[in-house]
Amino acid sequence: MTRLFIPADAAALAVGADDVATALHAAATARGLSLTIVRTGSRGLFWLEPLVEVETPDGRIGYGPVSAEDVPGLLDALLLPGGPHPRRLGRPAELPFLKRQTRLTFARCGIVDPRSIEDYRAHGGYAGLERALSLGPAATVEEVLASGLRGRGGAGFPTGIKWKTVAATGPAQKYIVCNADEGDSGTFSDRMIMEGDPFVLIEGMTIAGFAVGATKGFIYIRSEYPHAVAAFAEAVRIARAKGYLGANVMDGGFAFDIEVRVGAGAYVCGEETALLDSIEGKRGQVRPKPPLPAHEGLFGKPTVINNVISFASVPVVLSEGAAAYKNFGMGRSRGTMPIQLAGNVKYGGLFEAAFGVTLGELVEDIGGGTLTGRPVRAVQVGGPLGAYFPPSLFDTPFDYEAFAARDGLIGHGGVVVFDDGVDMAAQARFAMEFCAIESCGKCTPCRIGSTRGVEVIDRIRSGQRAEANRAVLADLCNTMKFGSLCALGGFTPYPVMSAMTHFPEDFAGAPLRVAAE
Amino acid sequence: MHGTDARPPEPWSVARAEQVIARHATTEGGLLPALHDLQDVFGFIPDEAVRLLAQAFNLSRAEVHGVVTFYHDFRRSLPGRHVVKLCQAEACQSMGSRCLRAHACERLGVALGDTTADGRVTLEAIYCLGLCATAPSAMIDGRVLGRLTPARLDAALETLA
Repeated sequence: MTRLFIPADAAALAVGADDVATALHAAATARGLSLTIVRTGSRGLFWLEPLVEVETPDGRIGYGPVSAEDVPGLLDALLLPGGPHPRRLGRPAELPFLKRQTRLTFARCGIVDPRSIEDYRAHGGYAGLERALSLGPAATVEEVLASGLRGRGGAGFPTGIKWKTVAATGPAQKYIVCNADEGDSGTFSDRMIMEGDPFVLIEGMTIAGFAVGATKGFIYIRSEYPHAVAAFAEAVRIARAKGYLGANVMDGGFAFDIEVRVGAGAYVCGEETALLDSIEGKRGQVRPKPPLPAHEGLFGKPTVINNVISFASVPVVLSEGAAAYKNFGMGRSRGTMPIQLAGNVKYGGLFEAAFGVTLGELVEDIGGGTLTGRPVRAVQVGGPLGAYFPPSLFDTPFDYEAFAARDGLIGHGGVVVFDDGVDMAAQARFAMEFCAIESCGKCTPCRIGSTRGVEVIDRIRSGQRAEANRAVLADLCNTMKFGSLCALGGFTPYPVMSAMTHFPEDFAGAPLRVAAE
Repeated sequence: MHGTDARPPEPWSVARAEQVIARHATTEGGLLPALHDLQDVFGFIPDEAVRLLAQAFNLSRAEVHGVVTFYHDFRRSLPGRHVVKLCQAEACQSMGSRCLRAHACERLGVALGDTTADGRVTLEAIYCLGLCATAPSAMIDGRVLGRLTPARLDAALETLA
């Protein structure tokens, strides 16, 4: 029987993947043919979605982008199998966008059936946990430490140090918490993993539980991701039914289970301490540190809190070994980073690569420039709190320290491209406006500063004492940067100041209208 | 959840609310799951629910009110029969989401956050659906839409009863 693979990733659904699947099923039924349609995650080549693949003796052959109207002719090509069609792409793995990548964390995404733990195992799944079980908890922590893995959520804190701290806290109740509140615009890697390869995240969290002695894990998924919530909850249910979660995980003599919690539309809950308060059922307000979550985290207990991609990278670190993982990357940024090319970009999608690739390569070469075909004017890296970079900084390598040295951050790896139609003062204003909307209200620089920031930028844009107000804005940004409790208020100055520094012409202020009397 | 199903909201009932709350009252940090479920059933969080939640979770009404009003998701009045959420974050901005918003507001005759006079559609901003490589995007009653144009949005709005 012919097997077809059609993504059920939310982005594929958003461009009609369900319509294509329905049309293919109906066309096959009408002709008395039986097809097996496997709904996978996405490979992350979103300009080709919906991307339909068919299994052939020569491997999978892809077709895309496909629409429901293509189905009648497409069905014949698929059934050959892999026959000619204007949408035929050949083997997806041979496409330059995929071939240039180093897929470690995303090795299976878009390939496996996210509802089949057997498929996951057949593609190397649970080799990491098996190795952890053979190493023992302490050596597992050492392995993660030695890999150089740093938090992929944005802050880049060494994952192994968090684990070591929690492991050392003694035998009391501890928790594993996965931060799946991926609120940064331009990012979707967490969503893709939860929808396309959820077992790798379950395995990573389980390894963390084993390593630090925690029996309970929580995952906090944002409500804006209903498909990810459903896919991940289903994977947890399957893992539990098959003995990969529960009282005796993989007959390894240890207990671990995961509970899914859903956010409620607050960006600030992506901040780890606000997230913990939110799981506790409170307002998602930021906690002052210390105490660190590793000492007093969820419900006051020692807690490992990591981002989705950090946990999802742990199985490959264990299965391939710390040294192999550490071989990738540059400087203190080791391993690979799933970079997300988004916004006004021709070839948008997920590009996992070793640290060190330059911003220019990513945007112009891999991303193919803008989708509109106009020149690139600005690129925002690292979400709403990341800096805007002009093309003159395109030689910056993708590396935590290199971006910091240029007053930017890589954050969660989102790259949003803008063409020359963008008004950078409007973007700076939005950064302040977004901070005002999402501020948790706990600290003054963020709560008040963001609203004052909007007002000051409005004055600059309308030409009211533009020069003096630019100085006020810089001063305000300084106050927010150093006086805020967390990264929301503390990093909002990055997009604002970078816009003003690199695109001063947009902050010149309209000339004051003098009444002509 | 969150409008992914077409089930109409139930009229307010204390007994029904207590039944929903009871499912979460012994869960650690169960207030948010309880609020999500209440909103799924009633379409919003009625003021009367706050008292019941406070009792069940041994909190003050002020604390419960604080939680309800902190999160953007929780509504304090019934929305329209359909909820249209337009992404207004940066990746969608780079692909014209501001124009799309202006178009939607004009087409529906409402501002962001408002409901049409006939109660058919509530139009809202959302900050990122994670569909940033197929921008601009929107979610209509839990259904995701990417690569939107004014024409595609109009076609989608057309189908809403």
